[in-house]
Amino acid sequence: MFAYAGKILRVDLTTGKISTEPLSEKLAKEYIGGIGLGIKLLMDNSRPGADAFDPDNPLIYMTGPLSGTLGPTGGNSYAVVSKSPATGGVANAESHGFFGPDFKRAGYDAIIITGKAPVLSYLWIDDDKVEIRNGEHLKYKTTNETDHTLREELGDFYIRVSAIGEAGEKLCRFAAIINDEFRAIGRAGLGGVMGSKNLKAVAVRGTRDVNVADFEGFKEFIKMIYERMKGPATKKYKTLGTPENVLVLNSLNALATNNFSNSQFEGAEKVSGEWLNEHYVKKIVGCATCGMRCDHIAVVPEGPYKGSTSRLEFECLWSMGPLCGVDRLDAIIEAMRIVNEYGMDGISIGVVVAFAMDCYENGVITKEQTDGIDLRFGNAEALIEIIHKIGKREGWLGNALAEGSAKAAEIIGGDAWKYPCHIKGLELPGYDLRTLKTAALGFSVSFRGACHLRNGAYSPDVKGKVNRFKIEPGRGKMIVPDGHTYNVIDSMILCKFSRGTYYDGNKDLANYYTLATGIPMEPDELMVIGERIENLARLFNIREGKGTREYDTLPWKIKNCPVPEDGPAKGMVVSDEEHQLGLDDYYAARGWDSNGVPTIEKLESLGLGEYAYIVKDQLKKDKEKDAAKTAAKGGEA
Amino acid sequence: MVRAQDRKFVSADPEKCIGCVVCEYACSMANDQTFNPNKSRIRALRLGPINNIAVACRHCEDPACVAACPRDALRQEEDTGIIVVDEDACDGCAWCISACPFGAMLMHPEKKVVFTCNSCKDQPDGPQCVKWCPEEALTFVTAQQLAQKSRITAVKNLFQEAKEKKAESK
Repeated sequence: MFAYAGKILRVDLTTGKISTEPLSEKLAKEYIGGIGLGIKLLMDNSRPGADAFDPDNPLIYMTGPLSGTLGPTGGNSYAVVSKSPATGGVANAESHGFFGPDFKRAGYDAIIITGKAPVLSYLWIDDDKVEIRNGEHLKYKTTNETDHTLREELGDFYIRVSAIGEAGEKLCRFAAIINDEFRAIGRAGLGGVMGSKNLKAVAVRGTRDVNVADFEGFKEFIKMIYERMKGPATKKYKTLGTPENVLVLNSLNALATNNFSNSQFEGAEKVSGEWLNEHYVKKIVGCATCGMRCDHIAVVPEGPYKGSTSRLEFECLWSMGPLCGVDRLDAIIEAMRIVNEYGMDGISIGVVVAFAMDCYENGVITKEQTDGIDLRFGNAEALIEIIHKIGKREGWLGNALAEGSAKAAEIIGGDAWKYPCHIKGLELPGYDLRTLKTAALGFSVSFRGACHLRNGAYSPDVKGKVNRFKIEPGRGKMIVPDGHTYNVIDSMILCKFSRGTYYDGNKDLANYYTLATGIPMEPDELMVIGERIENLARLFNIREGKGTREYDTLPWKIKNCPVPEDGPAKGMVVSDEEHQLGLDDYYAARGWDSNGVPTIEKLESLGLGEYAYIVKDQLKKDKEKDAAKTAAKGGEA
Repeated sequence: MVRAQDRKFVSADPEKCIGCVVCEYACSMANDQTFNPNKSRIRALRLGPINNIAVACRHCEDPACVAACPRDALRQEEDTGIIVVDEDACDGCAWCISACPFGAMLMHPEKKVVFTCNSCKDQPDGPQCVKWCPEEALTFVTAQQLAQKSRITAVKNLFQEAKEKKAESK
């Protein structure tokens, strides 16, 4: 096989057994790699109903077909897939940087890690040599310290490390896995799964060649993409970066503030991309083998957090800034730095803190319960203090919040249930869904919970292609194809910042794939693969009892707290009626039944017939329910 | 006959280099028709996100690597300054690697002999790392040109500073 390593590595941390098996070309083509192949391996290698923290829940490290080549962004990536401790459904996340290519060069398309090590351990992969090594000396080390320690002790500066911090070790449900200092397998709590296995890190050194099928053709193709990356398609990422969104969304009443109470932020200017770049950004760097550069490295020049350095993107800036009412970039930079060191999801952490602040302001939690922290919106010092407590699971509140906002609300009790802003247990990213309603629909049906990267549904809203204040018929159909493209992108593990450089869309992507692997691929086939992955993920969620209509929800605040600001958005909420209409529309467009369950015909058309057993009973129940409803309606008439 | 000061080598501008290792891949692509940084004759290094640099052989005058070789396996081409390795003579003892102050002499991962930058002299358009560098951080230059560039920058800064000071005092 070209580009693929052709090999899957299995590691059982309980028994210490290590083995390899070949990857078939059929499976490679049907699921590409990355999250597609990852979800397939998850489905076939997990015990139904096993808890996310159960040793039987596999943690699956994936490369993509392009990993290890000079292909821009596809060359530098890896992905991790498992069952999410936040949602109970599929957890998938992708990360770029420098780790992925070494993992591929070591000779693996996937690592399926099962079991639980008897003591804290790390996995050392040196080409064919794979060892589970004692990692007790790494206990509670930050992700960055772990990286440095391992490279030092293994004696090679160029070893790449993917590690968890204290949060992952302490089973935080939104813990991340960090590689290359600030690159994250961020969402859905994969760091917690790693922690539950007593696995502190995966260190790799790969020295083998990665060869592509059509060397000259591939070279020519990637040269073209590198050239395009110098042009307008990536300008945003190379100039102000994603924090450019702050002022754009603020002007659209879409910058959720104070835990989705407001849609605009008074301090927006002070946390804008413009302000960040002028006062804090010291250098813009990038990942391995990429022609864009997007990592805005911010350094605090003075004040209490002087010297604090971190990479800052919009989502995390928003969650720990406007959403918490915090307008101090120095504190946000410090918050981002420590979040990376504890190894937590930079989106979820801010939404969790904002939830706690909302509870505090509404008298649901007291100052005694916060251990004296004055957890008001806008209190930057309180933000930093509570992040430390969550990272360490310190105190009653820190411990509760490390469970994520959904579970924390149950622990806190009282009126707390009103304030967590999550879907399926995963916290919302930085878009006010009350004023971006295509996004509201798209986020609610995403298989990994609230996510802006599963179907890009915010795009038609922000770009003014639709009436963003309404969910209308047709909106469901609109978000379907992008969902497929995004699944393909995450399976080839391309960076979504590069999506504008594939001028010919799926034709470019199919070409990229075939030049690398030699496996014929048509643009239409890619879309079928995207749909197959979407349905398979849905099937996994249904198998785990989390995949039907009742889980495609929106947070209480989005449905019940009207936008307070004067102007076109005033009074906006997403009504249950329009959301349900959107779901009907979406399920119909997908060929799913009224309960959001893929039909047998749909599964068979996608080559997923072997999984029909998962939906058979549910489909029957749904049919009976539909018939009863129709009969009742007939009776009324 | 090329004068020593006219020998060109690949040099990275630390202000521009972001450690993206495109140069490493471009090198293995041009010289070995594969993708593998371990076979690259230029290596990039990131010491924290802000400090990045790529390093390749600087074709030194009286090169320490050649002097260090106990088997006379290394010689310097007079015209280009390129260090040529006699792969039959080299036994991979790594004396030259310890002698090179830049870490530009490398051990080949498969052949167990040393190798270093050959300036892509068989490529019609010169060093491929320079061609592919997305940041235009790499240049194929002489020491003279590097010095001139530094002087020009220094003088520009000086006058810029003087101008700014003047403007401030007004």
